[in-house]
Amino acid sequence: MGVGIKVENLNAWFGKHQALHGINMDILPNHATAIIGPSGCGKSTFVRCLNRMHETNPDARAEGKVQVKDMNIYGEGVAPVDVRRRIGMVFQKPNPFPSMSIYDNVAAGLKLNGFRNRKKLDEIVEKSLRSSALWDEVKDDLKKKSGASLSGGQQQRLCIARALAVEPDVLLMDEPASALDPISTSKIEDLIFELKENYTVVIVTHNMQQAARVAEFTAFFLLGKLIEFDKTEKIFTTPTDKRTEDYITGRFG
Amino acid sequence: MSVAQPQQPMGSALNPVGEHLRVVPRRSSVVSRFADFSFQGLVWLSAACVLAIVAFILMQLIKGSSLSLHQFGWKFFTGSDWDPVNGNFGSVPFVYGTLVSSLVALVIAVPLSLGVAIFITEMCPRSLRGILSYLTELLAAIPSVIYGMWAIFVLIPLLRRYIGPALAKTFGWTGLFTGPIYGGGMLTAGIILAIMLVPIISSITREVLTAVPHQQREAALALGATRWEMIRVGVLRNARAGIFGAIILGLGRALGETMAVTMVIGNRPKITKSLFAPAYTMASVIANEFSEATDDLYLSSLIEIGLALFIVTIIVNILAQFLIWSVTRGTPRRANV
Repeated sequence: MGVGIKVENLNAWFGKHQALHGINMDILPNHATAIIGPSGCGKSTFVRCLNRMHETNPDARAEGKVQVKDMNIYGEGVAPVDVRRRIGMVFQKPNPFPSMSIYDNVAAGLKLNGFRNRKKLDEIVEKSLRSSALWDEVKDDLKKKSGASLSGGQQQRLCIARALAVEPDVLLMDEPASALDPISTSKIEDLIFELKENYTVVIVTHNMQQAARVAEFTAFFLLGKLIEFDKTEKIFTTPTDKRTEDYITGRFG
Repeated sequence: MSVAQPQQPMGSALNPVGEHLRVVPRRSSVVSRFADFSFQGLVWLSAACVLAIVAFILMQLIKGSSLSLHQFGWKFFTGSDWDPVNGNFGSVPFVYGTLVSSLVALVIAVPLSLGVAIFITEMCPRSLRGILSYLTELLAAIPSVIYGMWAIFVLIPLLRRYIGPALAKTFGWTGLFTGPIYGGGMLTAGIILAIMLVPIISSITREVLTAVPHQQREAALALGATRWEMIRVGVLRNARAGIFGAIILGLGRALGETMAVTMVIGNRPKITKSLFAPAYTMASVIANEFSEATDDLYLSSLIEIGLALFIVTIIVNILAQFLIWSVTRGTPRRANV
């Protein structure tokens, strides 16, 4: 089951440049929430703050409160490693490990956690590949083919399977379909629909149609600030803020 | 008056349509073809030069060693007796010395170089990165005779007094660290070679690690990998072909290194299990005995040692290229860049 995320006064910096200004947001469990906004508005930075990936950039830091279930991920004594095991992430460019087989790619996260039970591994790998709708396409050469031998769309679904295998509470997706062709994109979008049943999904997208198609909630970011956050329908039909309206109607961005 | 077809200036009627608008002159195709042809010839010639030099060296080595090749045949490569006085020559102690000293060097240099490269690319504060890589590369610029001198004045006393006895005490049971500790010997040669290999292996490894796409590191981190796990899964695994290549290049250097080794290895053509004992390498024996090789068979034997070294080095390099190729073939390096 997915869990909600409560973001309170989140600020993030790259060196001296402040990329996020006091973000407050309540992300509901088992829904998809889309983050939209023009390039450089901080939408990627925002999701990367949700699993503490932001601070892996040189000179980057973040402050604030992000409550995921019973854990404030920016709380004292919380290890980023534990946060990332509970909050999975899929990146813009598919990044399977090219030197590993399909099977090993999916099992990578589990093996890192010290999981060694062969039978159980087999089960989880199959389950994850089924949830990412890739199983039927790869089941015959799980251990024969390298993760990099798949097509771009398949690679991205492999990455989703890899993220799901560690059974996260939340799945973050940073423009997961922007490097893919339309058919692969629609497969990923269908997948997001199914994933919502079991996970909370936060998806960054620069494609507004995509946001409208997959997400119940949409947040509009501009210049590092959260401008508007509401039901997707509301954002795309009757936005409250003038700037949101300008962006939606294509007047800038 | 008709204005429908305005007449163009500069006698455009003689040219094809649009030609009169061209400002940039077109080069004569004969000239550009000639330039292309001569450039092609020049690069072919450069490449051929390299091949020719290798071929000539090989020819000269075979010619120079024909006497010894004739006299001893395969026995030259199986005999371990090196007795210039009685005209008896076998190369085994030298081949052994070269291979073992290089192996010792690799055993020490590989972990050290990987450590340096990983530190510089993954952990080092950015301000230190440039200086540190510059300093490691500077090590490569020091002439090997200086390494030899440093070894004689610093490393040998250190080995004789502290490191040697400690090794004998803890690892004496392996049989590799027994007998008298002269200071100079196989181990000393291995250590000094290792120091000379570190800049080579670590700088190539550093390049390879830097070339691993950032997304691979992020992929590992996002799965909850610790820093070391991220380096192991996301970086080293992807870079192993390149790291392997770096090690082989280092090995090539170790096999052929002459000066520093000659100064510290002890120069005794005997095979001894203990690394404390003096030994001899192929390159060292040539350097040491070439000037005193008075009779033809002696000289010819030395040249045959050179031939053996040449062949061993070439085999190692071919093997390396082949291995790198076969490893990278399975894993398309740029599949997800």
